Amino acid sequence: MLLFAVGNVIAVGKQSIKIAYVSQERAVPAALSNLDDFIQNKGLFGAELAISDNNTTGQFTQQQYELKKIVVPLGGDLVKAFNSLGDDTGLVVLNVNPGQVNQLADLPAAQNKLLFDAASSDDELRGAQCRQHVLHILPSRAMRADALAQYMLKKRWREWFLVVGQTPEDQLYAAAIKRAAKRYGMKLVAEKAWDNTYDVRRTAQSDVPQFTQGEDYDVLVVADEQGLFGEYLDYRTWLPRPVIGTQGLIATAWHRTHEQWGAVQLQNRFKEQAGRWMEEEDYAAYLAVRAIGEASVRAKSDQVQAIKDYMLSDAFALQGYKGKPLSFRSWDGQLRQPILLAAPRSMVGVAPLDGFLHPKSELDTLGYDQPETACR
Amino acid sequence: MQKIFLSSFCVAALFMAAANAETVFVTLEKDNAIAIVDPAEGKLIKTVPVGQRPRGIAVSLDGKQIYVATSDDDTIKVLDSETLKEIGNLPSGEDPETFAISPDGKLMYVSNEDDNEVTVIDIAAKKAVQKIKVGVEPEGIAVSPDNKWVISASETTNMLHWIDTKTGKIVENTLVDPRPRAANFTADSQQLWATSEMAGTVIVMDSASKQIVQTIKLQVQAVNDELIQPVGVVIDKDRHYAYVAMGPANRVAVINAQNYHVEKYLLVGQRVWNLAFSPDQKRLYTTNGVSNDISIIDLTEHKVTKSLAVGRYPWGVAVKP
Repeated sequence: MLLFAVGNVIAVGKQSIKIAYVSQERAVPAALSNLDDFIQNKGLFGAELAISDNNTTGQFTQQQYELKKIVVPLGGDLVKAFNSLGDDTGLVVLNVNPGQVNQLADLPAAQNKLLFDAASSDDELRGAQCRQHVLHILPSRAMRADALAQYMLKKRWREWFLVVGQTPEDQLYAAAIKRAAKRYGMKLVAEKAWDNTYDVRRTAQSDVPQFTQGEDYDVLVVADEQGLFGEYLDYRTWLPRPVIGTQGLIATAWHRTHEQWGAVQLQNRFKEQAGRWMEEEDYAAYLAVRAIGEASVRAKSDQVQAIKDYMLSDAFALQGYKGKPLSFRSWDGQLRQPILLAAPRSMVGVAPLDGFLHPKSELDTLGYDQPETACR
Repeated sequence: MQKIFLSSFCVAALFMAAANAETVFVTLEKDNAIAIVDPAEGKLIKTVPVGQRPRGIAVSLDGKQIYVATSDDDTIKVLDSETLKEIGNLPSGEDPETFAISPDGKLMYVSNEDDNEVTVIDIAAKKAVQKIKVGVEPEGIAVSPDNKWVISASETTNMLHWIDTKTGKIVENTLVDPRPRAANFTADSQQLWATSEMAGTVIVMDSASKQIVQTIKLQVQAVNDELIQPVGVVIDKDRHYAYVAMGPANRVAVINAQNYHVEKYLLVGQRVWNLAFSPDQKRLYTTNGVSNDISIIDLTEHKVTKSLAVGRYPWGVAVKP
């Protein structure tokens, strides 16, 4: 009896929580213009800012957070880098291509770790291909499309003309848009593929009027994730119609025009550290590391399982500068969150919009709800 | 008989005018100005430019000066309360948001949100005398009326830091619900009340034991829990009632401060943030950030008597007797 009691005494010392940030450099994609520089290190500064926030809190709770940064060069061996993480690093933030998420999650070395997908928007990774030890920080494409659909419904833009680019990602985005149209009772009056073929007489700019001619619709919805042509659509359509989707009015987790609910403070702190605006991936990495901080402080633990249990419990409430507490959906590991509807220089709205109701959380009007999930 | 009636009527009218002689000052975060309001007349007297992004505001003990935290100017401006001219600056450190003044009027404690610090300023000397490291994004700050404690609430760390005024050191940290915003002591210093914006809760702490004695969950029928985001909290002198501004729930909660029951929710303007009593505590003034107005609440009836447009993003409010 005495021995049992002694065995249960927990040493009161400093807890050390090791977090890895694993990323692989991306090939610089083709760009429409030189207006915005390609940012190679999206995400990293977000993780660093969150670590420093965690440690500011940790000084009062006797918890120390450590960030192990691994950025694999283009063509480097990502799997090898992941396998080099020790057993003592149980929490891993991933900023990798969507195809690499489950490749890493299925490694034997990943089985006792908790992974945070801080870059993808793939519905498949949250659906049929979900993994129990992977949490997804950014809104899925379905969540984004639902957010836009709510806005279009509110504006009574019921008839959509969908323009779809050539990449597989554009097809996925278009699929999410179609799902949202069905969900909100909207009508897809036209759908056209943008094929990116020109000759000497045709340029992208000059193609838009005739490309959009002959249809009547309320709003042009564009699926062009890489930004290869979407910016050409606004002001060039045959009929004067707004553009929404991946360009024009966009649905995003974070935006530089966002300043409500204390967001100005986060924007300022980030800019001071990074020397540039906070991007979506920076915000995602920030939230992932902050979620670990919040759960470990509340659970008073440095153990992966205890942190995960707290994170997925009803008690978990993460402050994400978007006016509502963020939490994880237990059915697919998706972070529940408001979505910003942003124009290049103004914040147009925040979804879920007023009036879109849900029995549990209005945030669950966005994306795959519990009864619809394919995650098993 | 008629004469007597008349004179007593005059006295009553005079008395009412005297009771309402206070002036209300409101910072307008987006207009870079303060609004000056005559609450008796229910009129906006004028708007005076003050500096970049004014937020926290207070009137000095003697009523002669007004302090305004102009966040984007990284300073606290001192204005003459009559002429409203700038007569000085206090070295607040970066991005001052809110501040509290010691009961003797000598020291000012400022939250520096971007630097995770509280700056202590000697007001007469216009000098920063100490910087105290606190959690991430400190905002709400309060000094106990007995001058023993300074409370700093850090929004992202989710803690109330108890700072001993004698040493300037943190002696206790209370982990609270997500995003603590504002804190205030009761007049007898025995209790600390604090709001948690994301959780929609108000906690009441015992100052002696530093233990939470009550957690009050604010809930309004037909208003989603996610919109219940309490910010400002004030407690009357006799600890009969506490009043809590509920942000985007657009209401002020009237809480019985003896049994902690919420007795009423008063509908005010949109996104109500901060609160201030009239000197006689018969009225309460609220700043409504999104509807760009202030509400005046009659505290004997617990009724909203007036809403008054003041300018863009009213944030802080202070009352000069």
